[in-house]
Amino acid sequence: MAPPVTTGEHRTDGGGSSAPVVPDVPGPRSWQRAFGDLGQGWRQRSLWGYLGWQDIKQRYRRSVLGPLWISISMGVIATAMGILYGALFGEPIATFLPYVATGLLIWNFVNGCILEGSEVFIANEGLIRFLPAPISLHIYRLVWRQMLFFVHNLVIWLLLVIIFPQPLSASVLLAVPAFVLLVLNGLWAAMLCGIIATRFRDIPPIIASLTQLLFFMTPIVWSYERLRTNPLAAYVELNPVMHFVEILRQPLLGQDIIWRHWVIVGVITVVGCAVSLLALRNYRARVAYWV
Amino acid sequence: MSAVTEGTPEPRIDIADAAVDFPIFDAKTRSLKKAVLGRAGGRIGTDSKVPIIEALRDITLTLRRGDRVALVGHNGAGKSTLLRLMSGIYEPTRGRAIVQGKVAPVFDLAVGMDPEISGLDNILIRGLFLGMTRKQMEARVDDIASFTELGDYLSMPLRTYSTGMRIRLALGVVTSIDPEILLLDEGIGAVDAEFLAKARKRLFELVERSGILVFASHSDEFLADLCDTAVWLEHGTVREHGPLREVLQHYKGRDVLAELGR
Repeated sequence: MAPPVTTGEHRTDGGGSSAPVVPDVPGPRSWQRAFGDLGQGWRQRSLWGYLGWQDIKQRYRRSVLGPLWISISMGVIATAMGILYGALFGEPIATFLPYVATGLLIWNFVNGCILEGSEVFIANEGLIRFLPAPISLHIYRLVWRQMLFFVHNLVIWLLLVIIFPQPLSASVLLAVPAFVLLVLNGLWAAMLCGIIATRFRDIPPIIASLTQLLFFMTPIVWSYERLRTNPLAAYVELNPVMHFVEILRQPLLGQDIIWRHWVIVGVITVVGCAVSLLALRNYRARVAYWV
Repeated sequence: MSAVTEGTPEPRIDIADAAVDFPIFDAKTRSLKKAVLGRAGGRIGTDSKVPIIEALRDITLTLRRGDRVALVGHNGAGKSTLLRLMSGIYEPTRGRAIVQGKVAPVFDLAVGMDPEISGLDNILIRGLFLGMTRKQMEARVDDIASFTELGDYLSMPLRTYSTGMRIRLALGVVTSIDPEILLLDEGIGAVDAEFLAKARKRLFELVERSGILVFASHSDEFLADLCDTAVWLEHGTVREHGPLREVLQHYKGRDVLAELGR
C-alpha cells in the first residue's frame, strides 16, 4: 500500500529551518496521489460493493416486492410514455414501445450518474469528515448502484423484446462495449460534477434543470429518424447524451450500427477522463475542506 | 485505510510546519462588505478572497511506535483537527504530514452507522471502513457480539437501539480491530458503569496492541491511565510537548496527577 502521506503544496524549504527528518513525498497535487486515490478506492471494492447493494435494498426495505419495484416502475413509465408519445407521433406500438423503454433505460443510467454525482460528496459529508477514505470510494459506490439499477431495468427491455420481437442480430453483443463506455463516462462525470458541485453549491440545482432539459433534447420519447426532414433536428447531434443513448440502443434493438456515434463517444470519453483526472489531481485534497 | 500493510516497516507520524486552513464560503459576503468599507480606493470586491480560519499552524510533531500522547487544550484549540490531520482526512494546506501505518480513527461513534440495517451489518460496515477485510470481520463478529451483550438484538435494525446500545456496538467494533495508529477523540461515555469497566479493559488492550496512540480528552483520569506524554494545543499551535505530568501541570496550573494519586 502507498503510505497515506499528506503534504502541503507550499514546501517550507526556503527558510532553512525546515525539519530535514521528513523525507520528500509527492505533494497533494500530484498525479501519483490522484491515481493512488483511484487505486486505493478500487481495492476497497468489498466495502463500496456492499454499500451500493445496501443503498438499493434500503430504498425498498419493508416493501414486499423489494427491488422488483425498480423494474415495475420503470415498466409502467416506459409503457405509459410509449403509448402516449407513440399516439402523438403516430408511431406503431410494436416498435415504439421497445424504443422508448430502451431509451429510458439508458437515460436513467446517464441521469443517475450526473445528477447523483453532483451530490455525491455533499451527501457523504459525515463519512468524508470522520473516516479517512479515498474520495473515489464514493464515486465507485454511486456508479455501482446505478449499474445495479440498470440491470434491474434491463428486465423490462428483455420482456419487451420477447413480446414485440425486434430484428436482433449478433450486433447485440456490441451492447457490452457500449455499456462499458457508459460506465467509464459515468465515473468521470460523477467525479467531475461531484468535485465542482462540492465547491460551488449552485451547481446541483443547475445540473438538475440541465438534465431535465437534456431529457427532452435526447431522442428517447421521439424518434430522430422521423424528424430528419426538419433542418432543426440536426442540432440534436450537439447533445452529447444522444450519442451515448444511440450506441447502446442500436445493438439492443437490432438497429443498424452508426459508427459516427461511437467515434463521438470515444472522443468524449478521452477528453472527459482527462479533464476529470486533472480535477482529481488538483482538488482531491480540497474535497474534505469543502464538504 | 488499506488493510494491506505488510512491508510497511514501522508506524510513524511526521508532521512538519503543517497548517490547516478552512475556507469559510458562507462568510464571503460579509468579508466582501468589509473589504469594500475597509479600504476605499483599493480593490473592491476581489472575489478570490474567501475568509479563512487557521485551525492549525506551525505544527511540527514526530511520533514513533510506543508513543502514547495525550492531546489537551481548550475547546476549539484544534485537538480534533489535529487528529483528523493525523488520520489523513485533512491534508495540510501548508507544510507536510506523513502518516505511515494502518490508522484507526475513533472520532464519532455514530458516523458510518446506518440506522436502517441490522447491528450485525453495521459491525461489518464499520469494520470495513476501519480498514479490516470482510474475512477478518467475520472472524471477530462473535467476539464483538458477546462483548456488546446485545444478543438477538444484533439482527434488529439499529434504529431500534437505545443510545447506550449503539455506543456498546460501536465500542465493540472499534476495540476489536488491530490498528497501528489509534486516534481517539473523547466522547466515550453515556454507557452504564458496569459496561464501562468492561469497555475500559478492552480499550486498554486495544491501546496495548496499537503502535501509536493519540488521545484527545478532558478527562485527566483517562489520560493518566492511557498516556505518558502530552501535547498542549492553544489557538491552533503546539504550546508545549513533553511528559504528561509536566504538561498537565502547566496547562491546569496544578499537579493533577498527584491529586489523582499517581
